[in-house]
Amino acid sequence: MSTLDDQTKEVTETSSPEKEESSQENASGGFIILFFIIGLIASLLVGWIIFPKLLYSKKNQPIDFNHAIHMDLVEEGCESCHFFREDGSYSGVPKLAQCIDCHEEVQGETENEAVFVAEYVEKQTEVPWLVYSRQPDCVFFSHVAHVKTAGIDCVQCHGHIGESTNLKAYEENRITGYSRDIYGKNMLGYKKNPWDRMKMDDCADCHKEMKVAQSSVQTKKDACFVCHK
Amino acid sequence: MKIDRRSFLSFVIGGAAGTALSPLPWKLTDDSAIWTQAWPWTPVPTDGEASYVNSICSLCPGGCGITARKIDNRVVKIEGMKGHPVNDGGICVLGLSGTQLLYGPMRVKAPLKKVNGRFRQISWDAAIAEISNKLGELRSKGESNKFACISGTDRGTVSELLSRFLTVYGSANFTRTPSIQDSYELTLHLMQGVQGITGFDVENADFVLSFGSGIIDGWGSPVRMFKANSSWKNAGGKVVQIEPRLSNTAAKSDKWIPINPGTEGALALGLANVIIKESIYNTSFVNNYSAGFDKWKRHILDGYSPEIVTKVTGIDKAVIVSLARDFAGSKKPLAICGRGQGRTPGSLKEFMAVHALNALVGNINKKGGVWNLPEPDYINWTELKMDSVASTGIQKGRVDGAGIEKYLHARYLLNRLPEIINSADVSPIEVLFVSESNPGYTMPDTSSVKKAFEKIPFVVSFSSYMDETAQMADFILPNHIYLERYEDVPVATGFQKPIIGLSKPVVDPQFNTKYTGDVIIHLAKSMGGFIADAFPWENYEACLKETLGDRWDKLVENGYWIEPEFTAPGWKEGFQTASTRFEFTSDDINSLSRYAPVKPEGDKASFDLVLIPYDSMRLAGGFIGDPPFVIKTVEDTVLKGKDILVEINPATAGKLGLSEGRYAKLTTPKGSAKVKVHLFDGIMPGIVAMPSGLGHTAYDKFLAGKGININQLIGPVEDSSSGHDAAWGINAKLVKA
Repeated sequence: MSTLDDQTKEVTETSSPEKEESSQENASGGFIILFFIIGLIASLLVGWIIFPKLLYSKKNQPIDFNHAIHMDLVEEGCESCHFFREDGSYSGVPKLAQCIDCHEEVQGETENEAVFVAEYVEKQTEVPWLVYSRQPDCVFFSHVAHVKTAGIDCVQCHGHIGESTNLKAYEENRITGYSRDIYGKNMLGYKKNPWDRMKMDDCADCHKEMKVAQSSVQTKKDACFVCHK
Repeated sequence: MKIDRRSFLSFVIGGAAGTALSPLPWKLTDDSAIWTQAWPWTPVPTDGEASYVNSICSLCPGGCGITARKIDNRVVKIEGMKGHPVNDGGICVLGLSGTQLLYGPMRVKAPLKKVNGRFRQISWDAAIAEISNKLGELRSKGESNKFACISGTDRGTVSELLSRFLTVYGSANFTRTPSIQDSYELTLHLMQGVQGITGFDVENADFVLSFGSGIIDGWGSPVRMFKANSSWKNAGGKVVQIEPRLSNTAAKSDKWIPINPGTEGALALGLANVIIKESIYNTSFVNNYSAGFDKWKRHILDGYSPEIVTKVTGIDKAVIVSLARDFAGSKKPLAICGRGQGRTPGSLKEFMAVHALNALVGNINKKGGVWNLPEPDYINWTELKMDSVASTGIQKGRVDGAGIEKYLHARYLLNRLPEIINSADVSPIEVLFVSESNPGYTMPDTSSVKKAFEKIPFVVSFSSYMDETAQMADFILPNHIYLERYEDVPVATGFQKPIIGLSKPVVDPQFNTKYTGDVIIHLAKSMGGFIADAFPWENYEACLKETLGDRWDKLVENGYWIEPEFTAPGWKEGFQTASTRFEFTSDDINSLSRYAPVKPEGDKASFDLVLIPYDSMRLAGGFIGDPPFVIKTVEDTVLKGKDILVEINPATAGKLGLSEGRYAKLTTPKGSAKVKVHLFDGIMPGIVAMPSGLGHTAYDKFLAGKGININQLIGPVEDSSSGHDAAWGINAKLVKA
């Protein structure tokens, strides 16, 4: 409980000389700005540098693969290995059986090749490749419609992976389980090339731009149902 | 520097501003939204190359063609085979769920031996050696007749191998699980003098009179019957369903006539009475191609007037008369019997009464009628050479009494076996093989069946699944399941043309399983002598290929072989009785006891209600139990949680003081069970209806412990004419629990 005397004293203090008061305010204002800046910078650092590192896990492919070498050797480009089946479905990442056609014995002298033959070819185990461009199960995507019917080049969506000499690390979003290539490397979602990201908007933009049929071939439903069947 | 509240707030505001200017909140919001749309725990089917394999389903005797869709090497869907003569693209819910039987947890994954009450894995060689030693021991004691086998069928190469093995070993005790096939075979044998299969030209019938047969509840070949039912609707055909309960079949029929349960045979004879009295029968057939009609006519006219039949069946006299007129007045009437799915043989005299109705309207071996199909004749193996032990063993005859004395005409009487074993001091069966059947679940009075099994010292199960019988066995030698094996499927129940199907491996065997045929061949070889000589094949597949001969290539390509031009033998050639005519009565028939409704077990004083089982397409009540997907389709008026619901009429419920969903105790002379009550106007008062196919104690957690097995509450009733089980229900009591 404050007494009457205490209150009087307080009043006296607040009515101290103006000069002193203003210097005190300046100092405290500086601090406030400093703390604001510290907070700002720290959160920017967290948001732009630490957060992406935490969000994505990095995994290396089980063995490395040189697309460039293979492209030189095959005759039909990407489709030599990533082919369409007779029923029009797309084979995706090659199965071991295809690799074995040439790699039954160790080819060349790289260590990677020796490991591949020993670990997978001889043991007849499929290589658990991590697929950068894997879309979630809720999306229906037909390669044949895009590549054969629309005549879109592989590069348009997949970039110049065919020229790569090794496989980059696979980054997986810890929350969604998607490959980072779906959202794109850029944290703000900007893209320079069409293959930089492949989210729903990217599909929609292209469909709009190319003026393709706005309804599903199978169900005739439009909007969402073109891809989400 | 003084850090005060203001500085802190300013830090927080700076942090908030920085965070807002960073991707963190926006990306997190987006990602959490995506997370909710593709839950990480939702299974995602793997992508791969799609392929299709045509095969035959053998989950029931329906013989449907199936097409398995595979992604890479995994079966992902089973569909009906388009163009198959039996089911043409259609499939039932059980057939559809076959993938769960392939990959599900109920599979027996390796040969097992029971040691101190628990199953241990054993190698195939060790298991076969032990069984071979046991059989050798029994044979050397001169007790080869103490070896028996229960098989789901007696047709096809696997069961032929089993019965051949028993014969050459020296035992006549090969037996088939009971079904209406037993009664229909006897009916054909006695009335037409043929040993054959009944086929029903249902697609061409225009008036179907069903004495309790579940036309769309799994009778015959289920998918075919569904299609036939639809075709009747489109073509203006009529279906009259006679049964005490408004089953799905009754609900979809043109007319449902509730009847006192068990009196269907009396109604058939009552209808015959009207047809004869009004002379609306097929005179051409009756006068020229039948024998014993006059005697039978007198018996029918005297004993089955509508007035008498009304009292027995509870059906109004006018209804009986008009039904008889409608039936006889139709162009292609067809009467069928065998209750529900036809798993109980039933009363022989009832089958003969219904068959006589068909004969009266002259639709035996005619378009839209009942056809006689020859037994499949493609298995022509070399004559057996038997040693003296085998001959002596065979001469000792069958334990179940089939084929001798009062049951002269019966071929197999499995229903009598438990009682015979239980009443003997020492089990007359010492070694028992069980193949493609689950008697521990499907036979009535399960507790006595269990007791009998416990008394048999050495039981070998060939089941692919951990079913009730396999659990009681001393050895389980798991067969490949139907999606992993080659096997001939010789008939499709009730189909009117000879057809052979070939099951093909859709995928490689998933576990350490082995063809039952291979086990038999190995066993025979290890036993040596004439037994080994009787099995000259290297393995089962070689045996099958050789047996099917010229048909093999076509079977592999199409999945089935059919005689498309087959027509039933006409009236002139069709009957091989002594009189070469269809016999309404004969000395053989007269030697059987007269028709009388089969009485249910239990006295009326203690048990005032009658319990009847009912079948449903959603509940597999045979050798195969419901896979998880199928059990999910069962309505909660049948199974709620783990509780089974029995149906009673609201009037009955009122008397008993029971209301919807209340627990009650259902007691029969065979046992009691806690059930829930479902009030249903579609059941006659005084009757309790219980679904069959529930109450498994084996299989997996998805099926075991759900509901009650009605076979625990119902016992067999021996048909005095055939010896087969004729039970259609049992007297029961229902009290509040």
